[in-house]
Amino acid sequence: MRPGRLLLGVAALVVIAGGVFLALAWRPGIDPVEATERAEFDPEVVGRGAQLAAVGNCIACHTVPGSKAFAGGLPVPTPFGTIYSTNITPDPATGIGRWSEAAFQRAMREGVDREGNHLYPAFPYDHFTLVSEEDNSALYAYLMTREPVEATAPANDLPFPLNIRLVLAGWKLLYFDEGAFQPRSDQSEAWNRGAYLAEGLGHCGACHTPRNALGAEDRDRHFEGGEAEGWQAYAIDEISPAPIPWDAESLAFYLRDGWHEHHGVSRGPMAEVTGNLGLLPDADIDAIATYVASLMGEPSAERRQQAETLLERVVAGPGAIVPAAADSMDAPQPASGDRGAAIYASACATCHESGRSLPYGGLNFALSTAVYAPNPQNIVNVTLFGLPAADGEASSIMPGFAGVLSDEDVAELLAYMRDQFSDRPAWEGVAELVRATRTGEHKVSIRPSDGIERAPHNVGAED
Amino acid sequence: MAVTLNVNGSAHEIDADPATPLLYVLRNDLALNGAKFGCGLGQCGSCTVIIDGEAVFSCVTPILLLEGREIVTVEGLGTIEEPGPMQAAFIEAQAAQCGYCIPGMMMQAQALLQKNPAADEGQIRAALEPNLCRCGTHSRILKAVLRAGELMQSAGMQPNEGRAG
Repeated sequence: MRPGRLLLGVAALVVIAGGVFLALAWRPGIDPVEATERAEFDPEVVGRGAQLAAVGNCIACHTVPGSKAFAGGLPVPTPFGTIYSTNITPDPATGIGRWSEAAFQRAMREGVDREGNHLYPAFPYDHFTLVSEEDNSALYAYLMTREPVEATAPANDLPFPLNIRLVLAGWKLLYFDEGAFQPRSDQSEAWNRGAYLAEGLGHCGACHTPRNALGAEDRDRHFEGGEAEGWQAYAIDEISPAPIPWDAESLAFYLRDGWHEHHGVSRGPMAEVTGNLGLLPDADIDAIATYVASLMGEPSAERRQQAETLLERVVAGPGAIVPAAADSMDAPQPASGDRGAAIYASACATCHESGRSLPYGGLNFALSTAVYAPNPQNIVNVTLFGLPAADGEASSIMPGFAGVLSDEDVAELLAYMRDQFSDRPAWEGVAELVRATRTGEHKVSIRPSDGIERAPHNVGAED
Repeated sequence: MAVTLNVNGSAHEIDADPATPLLYVLRNDLALNGAKFGCGLGQCGSCTVIIDGEAVFSCVTPILLLEGREIVTVEGLGTIEEPGPMQAAFIEAQAAQCGYCIPGMMMQAQALLQKNPAADEGQIRAALEPNLCRCGTHSRILKAVLRAGELMQSAGMQPNEGRAG
């Protein structure tokens, strides 16, 4: 065979393969509808949609804090570039006001917009594909009855070829499986309900499962810990670094209330999640907790024993007299010359060893997942920037120490805390991590727990 | 252990435990009683001072961090005879009721205006968020800080001019 013919053959194959890919990648548009053509929504269905939207935490990405709810435009930083969330209010021109329910159902199930464009998986349709038709219907009813807002998100900032949406069809071939949730008959009803909520609309894995080089969740490492908005999302399977093992009861309390006495407060992007989940009926929260606790598994006898010893040492028993704030000056005496210990005694111990129980006192660091975690990013974030208080409601609060602690100071403080409060090996490179975090080279979202509902506009999940 | 603290432009030798909070040294050793003890937990803002241009809660700041750094308290913003622009504006707006939070408010606002004398109301509200006032003079405090910004800009004045030693 002559070389020319070979080339021709290869070219023909490429053209055919390209054609097959295009045929697979192509999605038709779905005709627009006008608001007047839509039937009235049943208020009961809208109410269910509101709870489902809270499970999905839709508002967190689709709202710029302090601006109108669901109007989009929030920059979502990804390793590939910045994606701006879209307007999902029923505005006909700039939102999804002309989307029929069929178009909405398809977007959730397949990650395709009304016009037939593939959507970036920053919209977690790899999870939302599990959501039932009935639940999507309720979500649609909820969104279509929100206030329409005219707002166009900035264009995504992505390099070639990622700015070509057709590329996403290839990504989907590799990483996306469309399909409804399959309950497991060997598990309880609550477990299955929890799995449906956590793996589907709740998309826990979007943060808590590590991602591969192409941004897809690594399914072999389900819930082994990931990253979100500059924060570490801890492992929530059997390798959870929490010194006190979670169980269904403590998880449910944490998810509902945003804190737990043996684990601390939710913060960073998780504060938005727990803020939203508070709107759910207890049965659904209990179901999520049942499912996640089952993946964490029963702690070994040894781990349980360690936890019990730790709790006895740290937590005052019932009826114990809680020392007044003034007594908190009896801070642990630092070994002379240990700078980290001295900083801890003055800056941290007054709240964190005050003897006051959560949520009014700080968590004793012996119970802190952040101190036990393999990566110190979260404790660096909190040390530098603190926990800003929510507006006009009870919330966690901590001052940031970026103004007084140098990078080296933070490194010494955290080295002391790691050594003093955990049984884990020292962290490496903390000063450099602090520097990158302080300068914004490593971007971290810092928001109060009511960040999205922030005044002055005061919009929120109940909006 | 002795630490040398630079407070309002003067150096002071302090012999104290390095973990001692700055607030105690200011009030007990240096008789600078402007900064107040409110909660002792860094949650109310009444102990706010400025360190190297940043507003800081002195009740949770150990002195061992402060060698060689420039500390300014409310006493450093001016004198009774010659109040600085922030102080003049607070007097003009009669922004104090009980006054316990006011030195902290002034220092938090001062840190903001040193960076941005043209800060608008939204930026002032955001910056003063960590500082609590129980009397409810917030409207006057806001007015005073806006006025201080005007004074600093119109006089082309260095924000911390007129500082007492």
